[in-house]
Amino acid sequence: MAEVIKVGMADLKTCKSPDSITTLGLGSCVGVAIVDKVNRIGGLAHVMLPDSTVMKENTNIAKFADTGVVELVKQMEKLGAVRNRMVAKIAGGAQMFSFDSKSSLMRVGERNAEACRTVLKKLGIPLLAEDCGENYGRTVVFYPETGVYEIRTVGKGTKTI
Amino acid sequence: MSVNSLDAMSEQYYDILKEIGNIGAGNAMTALSQMLNCKVDMKVPQVKLLEFKDVATLMGGEEQILVGIFLGVEGDITGSMMFLIELEAAKHLIGKLMGMEIQPGELGEMETSAMKEVSNIITGAYLNSLSTLTNMMIYPSVPFLAVDMAAAILSVPAIQFGMVGDKILLIQSQFSDDIDIDGFFVLMPDLESYDKILRSLGIVS
Repeated sequence: MAEVIKVGMADLKTCKSPDSITTLGLGSCVGVAIVDKVNRIGGLAHVMLPDSTVMKENTNIAKFADTGVVELVKQMEKLGAVRNRMVAKIAGGAQMFSFDSKSSLMRVGERNAEACRTVLKKLGIPLLAEDCGENYGRTVVFYPETGVYEIRTVGKGTKTI
Repeated sequence: MSVNSLDAMSEQYYDILKEIGNIGAGNAMTALSQMLNCKVDMKVPQVKLLEFKDVATLMGGEEQILVGIFLGVEGDITGSMMFLIELEAAKHLIGKLMGMEIQPGELGEMETSAMKEVSNIITGAYLNSLSTLTNMMIYPSVPFLAVDMAAAILSVPAIQFGMVGDKILLIQSQFSDDIDIDGFFVLMPDLESYDKILRSLGIVS
């Protein structure tokens, strides 16, 4: 019986097919889904902040895009995933309260998405698709078996990427 | 900063917010009951210091639809604050204010406007007590409203708190009208401001 594994805020988990993995209510946070295309080992990271190096408090690895995604890949490799077979999809990074602001807090969604793209590039993992930005929350479900990333919203329907 | 360790800083940060939050929430709920012209049964505001993973549970789940009001805080203290309320409870308040029953479905333009008005009263009262308590000029800026999943709205204060720790401090205010209403306040002073707050509360510098 396939299970649905739940990932919380500032959290990351690995997942083996046929299980799926989900995180609920991504706002400015980003859900990074990665899978080994061959053995279908996958994982999902729910990251909140872009960069661990500028923060004073940075012991929570999963909280930051730069450390969280790296850690997720490491854990997947421990299960037998191979990096050069990995691909990724990302979603989230919304600006929940839409107004014009130079405040870095308000642009954190965009900065999170950018940080995720950067770390994936550094790791050499192709980013196949993304659904980021806008001003609404997203619940995501990732299926390592098929590589499908399902995105559900309140009022904007459901889509897959 | 005048603290020795990060842990101590986080603790003091939370202690300040606890102290000022309690009074603010009580005042806000009183203002609300006056605005709605009804006697409400109010409970003592409860301060909750929660890990990120437990916050959404408090509000009925990560996908619970909430109305979130976000506004900047300006003056001697800068930062932002948020007021959250479950959508059905919001409709109840709006309905009371507008003197009519709100239809199911999304909030229309009028309802959104009314909600912002309700929030202005609530957050204004909250910041007023802060002002009084700290003897500083503190006032709200224009509010912004979002109706969405709890976790998505909460990601905003979570990220702000995430810069100094792994917990969110929020104040839960409960009152009963015809239905039970839970309102949540989250205050997010900028890091530079909390030193000011510390001093104003006489907490040693």
